[in-house]
Amino acid sequence: MFEYADAAVEAALGAGARYADARVMDRRHESMNARNGEIEGLTQEGSVGIGVRALIGSGWGFFSTADLSADAARQAGTQAASIARASASVPGADLELTPVEARTDHWENPVGEDPMAVPLAEKGDLLVAATKAMRDHGADVAQATYDVWDTTKWLTSSEGHRIDQRIRECGAAMEATVNGEAETQRRSYPGIRGQYGTRGWELVRELDLLANAPRIADEARELLTAPQCPSLDATDLIIGSEQMALQIHESVGHAVELDRILGWEAAFAGTSWLDLAQLGSLRFGSDLMNVTADATLPGALGSFGYDDEGTPSHPVDIVRDGIWVGVLSGRDSAALAGLDSSGGAVRGDGYNRLPMVRMTNVGLLPGTSSLEEMIAATDDGLLIDTNRSWSIDDKRLNFQFGCEIGWEVKGGKRGRMIRNPTYTGIGPRFWQSLDMLGSEAEWTFWGTPNCGKGQPGQIGHTGHPAVPCRFRGVRVGVR
Amino acid sequence: MTPEPLLEVCERVLRLVGTDAEAEITVTSGSESLTRFATSFIHQNVTDASRQLHLRVALDGRVAEAAANQTDDDALERLVRSTIDAARLQPVDPGWPGLSPPFEAPAVDHWDDATAAAEPTVRAERVAAFVGAADGLETAGFCSSAGNEVAFANSAGQRATGRSTTALLDGIARTGTSDGAARAASARIADLDGAAAGSEATRLARDAADATDLEPGTYEVVLSPSCVVNVLLFLALYGFNGRAVEEGRSFARLGEAQFDVGIELADDVTHPQAVGIGFDAEGTPKRRLELVRGGVTSGLVHDRRTAKALGAESTGNALEGAGPFGALAANLVLEPGSETPDALIGAVERGLLVTDFWYTRILDPRTMVVTGLTRNGVWLVEDGRIVRPVTNLRFTQSYLDALAPGAVRGVGSDATLVGSGSYDAGAYVVPSLHLAAWSFTGGAKG
Repeated sequence: MFEYADAAVEAALGAGARYADARVMDRRHESMNARNGEIEGLTQEGSVGIGVRALIGSGWGFFSTADLSADAARQAGTQAASIARASASVPGADLELTPVEARTDHWENPVGEDPMAVPLAEKGDLLVAATKAMRDHGADVAQATYDVWDTTKWLTSSEGHRIDQRIRECGAAMEATVNGEAETQRRSYPGIRGQYGTRGWELVRELDLLANAPRIADEARELLTAPQCPSLDATDLIIGSEQMALQIHESVGHAVELDRILGWEAAFAGTSWLDLAQLGSLRFGSDLMNVTADATLPGALGSFGYDDEGTPSHPVDIVRDGIWVGVLSGRDSAALAGLDSSGGAVRGDGYNRLPMVRMTNVGLLPGTSSLEEMIAATDDGLLIDTNRSWSIDDKRLNFQFGCEIGWEVKGGKRGRMIRNPTYTGIGPRFWQSLDMLGSEAEWTFWGTPNCGKGQPGQIGHTGHPAVPCRFRGVRVGVR
Repeated sequence: MTPEPLLEVCERVLRLVGTDAEAEITVTSGSESLTRFATSFIHQNVTDASRQLHLRVALDGRVAEAAANQTDDDALERLVRSTIDAARLQPVDPGWPGLSPPFEAPAVDHWDDATAAAEPTVRAERVAAFVGAADGLETAGFCSSAGNEVAFANSAGQRATGRSTTALLDGIARTGTSDGAARAASARIADLDGAAAGSEATRLARDAADATDLEPGTYEVVLSPSCVVNVLLFLALYGFNGRAVEEGRSFARLGEAQFDVGIELADDVTHPQAVGIGFDAEGTPKRRLELVRGGVTSGLVHDRRTAKALGAESTGNALEGAGPFGALAANLVLEPGSETPDALIGAVERGLLVTDFWYTRILDPRTMVVTGLTRNGVWLVEDGRIVRPVTNLRFTQSYLDALAPGAVRGVGSDATLVGSGSYDAGAYVVPSLHLAAWSFTGGAKG
């Protein structure tokens, strides 16, 4: 496949580009879903094609095609340069690219059990059994699904990159829904988005859907009659690690994307409350807050060998001891911001999408407390977990999140279940109220397989290492 | 490719499937281009010459789906063989509704040759005009053009072809303390006026500058078409969707006056301002479908599976590979009223004029309580006059209650085509609305 990528890059340079790269990508995706004890859908998708990126002046041009031939690749390269030239007709300052060593390499993630090779019947039986178990325990609607991706991509650039990678990912999700007189309740496992990673089918086996199906159905039914989350202007809030993954994703991960900070997403995804002039000095959270973006974490969903610009994966400090110290960046955004090098965070969703700044594995480093210690240390508060709703402003500052389930915490003990828990806050104020941080024993690499960004829309796979946390003085029960 | 060769690809696939299985195949081919600008220069500019095949087969009720993007003989053989092999291994699907019978699709042709063939320079000209009209303010946004041709065939004898073009211009101008937005949508890129949109965004940005806080609470609102689209999208996703009704998650109760008498809502791909094609992913023809008539819930949207489950007929709203999601209205039309947007504002005693909603998420599908924020300009209106811009607010509001009987004080005459913005839900034709009450639960600053 390298020959097509080479032909495309050569054609783009011949048409006037001062830099060009091309990715050939071959991706297979398999998904099955079951509902109420029956298999309702099996989809197997395959796509292959080439995407070419060309830079002229201040503007990128990108052209993609499903036609894989030397002629089509050359034509794609020429088209990309032509589009870049049109970009240059509404110009800014010339874009520069931070330097990166041009390597020739192959990378693939280790997989214990190839998920594509597990028999369809076995995978289907698991989903059927899980949904039957939820129905048996009172779910009005029981659903379960799995997804498997197997992606191979070949990258070449006009600077000499020649990198091929094979990335295999999989995971599963299930949920139980119950309908009451006036409202609907839902419990998900292991989280609202399931659990996904750059691993084999062993990940799904470890989830043990069957053992958890009855519990979530019972909890969903119990939620219908549980008391409403109280409306309080300030309380101590313990948040489980699944919801913390969402909290990190929305209020840290997107906020530190350099393209947003530079205004490149201003009209759609939004900007960021962060100002580059404060990089290295701004207090983002309490001293307990340490966040990294680390695409080298084994098995995490945002892991890879090289990003789509050929930058090797490496850990990037984002928040250190509560101080904002890093961003998610690519070669062009890093250069514009005056940074020395790319953070290696540029990826495209498929051959036909322009690579852009995406989260890798953005997560909290663990502390020393356990969830039980947090409960024991809380006299009057709430414990909540499993994301249900999420909304945050276009600067990634004001958020309101809802969870599927919560419990009162009184006198250091977990009390009654509560329904419809929500909480709201302002990012840095909220993170500065962090006073207890879960330990490595509860550190989970949550995977988010559906992060939307960009125009045309792109779906990103991101990872979020997270632990349970306690925050002080949080507004809850917004109605 | 023209529609005829695409249909030939469909026929090749059906021949490969043979007569032992039910099968349906959709082939889509075209080009989608999008030119993005930010900090007043074009920074991303893409064209995807796309092609997509979607095959579904059923062997005695054992169903499998597959998608691919290659059409050579070997690729088609692999596609068909692997899909049939997968279907053989599946259990019988008791909800399998069978294939769409032969039926003629409505004669819609939302197509413009110039839009389908638009060069990057055509989009760049509109961006340049938008940027140039901003009078020195920073700008950001996009201009897109797309043309897709679609062919559908199934082993029950249904054959259909369609084509559609879409052009969008969407941008903001920024003062440093405020943003103003303007947008346009059409099947024809010639309809997009970059200078007019840039001027409008600039005027609104300046009008919204130096906003001050307003105490959260319940206010009358005048919602722009962009906000109204968001409200209707949620009603479509969680309410009118036959799947939500089947599972007991929907508010919709046919024959009940669940909306204000001023609400007249239909799904209608034949509307002259609409975009899209005349059949759905299962080959079922679309038709004008009334969802709310005089405030009374009068219809639901179905694919073949939800229709079978509820003893209804498919309304031509199946989505490709939608699976458990169900059916979605892609061409909602909210009937306009007779009042201009200025007249709607003039009737407000004390309330807010809202340009855009942002990051809206459902809290409970039954009550349709949604939280989100305002964006791109909010103004306090008193005694029918715009008094001052206010800072963004968070709301937590039941979209159903907002449109309930007696809650709609005015329907604008400004019916506008607006992209739904998410879920591939198409584009809706909607006017502004004046609503009696909207619950703002916090300031965006906290």
